[in-house]
Amino acid sequence: MSGTTANTRTALLAAGLAASMVGLAYASVPLYRLFCQVTGFGGTPMVAADAGARPEVVPGTRIRVRFDGNVRRGMPWEFRPAEQFVDLPLGERRMAFYHARNRSDSAVTGVATFNVAPAAAGRYFVKIQCFCFNEQTLKPGEAVEMPVIYYVDPAILDDPEASRIREITLSYSFFPVAEPKQPAGVRSTGMAAIAAAKR
Amino acid sequence: MATTFDAHGDAHGHAAAHDDHKLSFVERWIFSTNHKDIGTLYLIFAIVAGIVGGALSGFMRWELAAPGMQVLPWFTEGNIDQAYHLWNVFITAHGLIMVFFMVMPALIGGFANWFVPIMIGAPDMAFPRMNNISFWLTVAGFTLLTISLFVPGPPGGIGAGTGWTVYPPLSTSGHPGPAVDLAIFALHLAGAASILGAINFITTIFNMRAPGMTLHKMPLFAWSILVTAFLLLLSLPVLAGAITMLLTDRNFGTTFFDPAGGGDPILYQHLFWFFGHPEVYIMILPAFGIISQIVATFSRKPVFGYLAMAYAMVAIGFVGFIVWAHHMFTSGLSVNTKLYFTAATMIIAVPTGIKIFSWIATMWGGSLRFPTPMLWALGFIFMFTVGGVTGVLLANGGLDTYMHDTYYVVAHFHYVLSLGATFGIFAGFYYWFGKMTGRDYNELLGKLHFWLFFIGTNIIFFPMHFLGQQGMPRRYPDYPDAMAGWNEVASWGYVVMLAGMVVFFVNVIWSLAAGRRSADNPWGEGATTLEWTLSSPPPFHQFETLPDLTRMKAH
Repeated sequence: MSGTTANTRTALLAAGLAASMVGLAYASVPLYRLFCQVTGFGGTPMVAADAGARPEVVPGTRIRVRFDGNVRRGMPWEFRPAEQFVDLPLGERRMAFYHARNRSDSAVTGVATFNVAPAAAGRYFVKIQCFCFNEQTLKPGEAVEMPVIYYVDPAILDDPEASRIREITLSYSFFPVAEPKQPAGVRSTGMAAIAAAKR
Repeated sequence: MATTFDAHGDAHGHAAAHDDHKLSFVERWIFSTNHKDIGTLYLIFAIVAGIVGGALSGFMRWELAAPGMQVLPWFTEGNIDQAYHLWNVFITAHGLIMVFFMVMPALIGGFANWFVPIMIGAPDMAFPRMNNISFWLTVAGFTLLTISLFVPGPPGGIGAGTGWTVYPPLSTSGHPGPAVDLAIFALHLAGAASILGAINFITTIFNMRAPGMTLHKMPLFAWSILVTAFLLLLSLPVLAGAITMLLTDRNFGTTFFDPAGGGDPILYQHLFWFFGHPEVYIMILPAFGIISQIVATFSRKPVFGYLAMAYAMVAIGFVGFIVWAHHMFTSGLSVNTKLYFTAATMIIAVPTGIKIFSWIATMWGGSLRFPTPMLWALGFIFMFTVGGVTGVLLANGGLDTYMHDTYYVVAHFHYVLSLGATFGIFAGFYYWFGKMTGRDYNELLGKLHFWLFFIGTNIIFFPMHFLGQQGMPRRYPDYPDAMAGWNEVASWGYVVMLAGMVVFFVNVIWSLAAGRRSADNPWGEGATTLEWTLSSPPPFHQFETLPDLTRMKAH
């Protein structure tokens, strides 16, 4: 028997393997977020790298974008889209507004998570600027218009999974920042609300 | 080979008796470092946990015997909402206990501890004291899980009703009380115990084989434990990470799985099933190993296709890591993702088929005998094949959209686990009972146990396929009248199975008290592995001088 040193070596190697799997589990958190942001997995919209991005407009095409907005139960904000939907050609830049109003008598900071449905449209829905990229603070009673600039990438026509999509719903959920530790009740999360809430 | 070891074993038999006297009860059974004693402790623990988990399922079947809420309100003073929650607590505890505190301790802690060192010609495990820690961590985990049943979980409720999967947000914002924290700690301890055990087995099998016992000559049971140990080592830390994230989400304000802070609850499902799918192979591979030994023994032939059998387990273990999302077909995966996970899952049927056909080929032309362990082994092959076929069905992303979370899934995983792993456990228990205790079990009672259990469990679980196809969802204590018929049948099946378990306990008690002295090798020429060369029970320390196996054939 080569004795205990060989055993110790094998055991340490095995323990190292186990420890690296714990590391992998934690690494999966940023990796999963990155994966969703890159691939649009689960309806994660793209963020245009270049704020001046101006894709080719494809004349004669038309897609409907629906808007949805809601707040976490108990958050004292009104938050709704200015329009129910808009029809636009693929590739055209548009700006949409959401109305937000703080109904309470204290300042409230919120951050919005966002995604689109159907999920396959995520990688073709590109945001150039969005209120959801930052935390938003509303003073007591304050009302604001929150803008989002977006376009639908014409490449959607080449994707067999997404080419037949005629309607995309863009949804935001506002959550209070620095909330109580144990919120009451079960919240509705919907489909992968993967928020890269940039702070 | 056999003759030399007999002398060896006997010589140490006396020494063993001597050793016994030197150890007090506490030294031998609390501070145990002997792999056989720890194996015995694990088996006793698994039986106790099995009684608790089985009793829970008895109440579940009783409640489901008829539509409406009959049984659970007794525990909640008639409060129907609390009775609904109690149902969730029961299914959660049943699942966690059976997976972590019955099947794994019995197969890995019990049989593997007992027989892997002996089968490879080693005197003990590589780290005997770590082995002891593994056992007592498991007991501590079980204690925490039991405590969690009696402390607050959801608002106004007692116990964790999250299901064994512990998905957020139900397990985070849905259960503010400490019950889920205790359940998470229970999993931490059981997981740590299993990881330490896996390290121990890997070291033992790689470094402590007797001369001549090459990896390619090692008995298939030892192979199955080697593969299982690697699965444990790679998958359990991921579960530990995921439930630690749950714990910090619950208590320290992190938002790994909370969209309010940019987290995603679906990520938990990915992490859980990255562990959860290998976990099902962790539960079944040791049973594969046991069945291989038993089928070869009672066919009086070496197992057919030894190398293919060993590497089929390696392949199952490997592919088992890349199919996890087939548990998540309804979580919004894209068509292409479903396509991949469907195809990858179906590939597992290939190595599994190799195993099934090799067992049949082992029996083919063999000189077959059918004592109790062989009946359990054949029962295993039949049941596992039924569960495997429904598994291939469920692997289809399209079909699973319909079947997901119905009783069809319940039927499937009970056929492979309740009827697969459990049949493997009973097969091993009867096969090695004489070797472990030195007493022969009663053959008549053993066979009666088998037939009652076989018929009973089939009556319980086969009708669940029909219920699932009718759309009965999992995890509900009540159902429409239209589903009453098969539910009642299933509950009567539980009664038959329970009768079988009574026979089992009578058999164990009677055999321990009055069973015949077991021969060193009661099974005759088919039993070629090293444990049959030792006395029954084996000496306290075996193989103090390593056996020379250089001229041995592969098992």
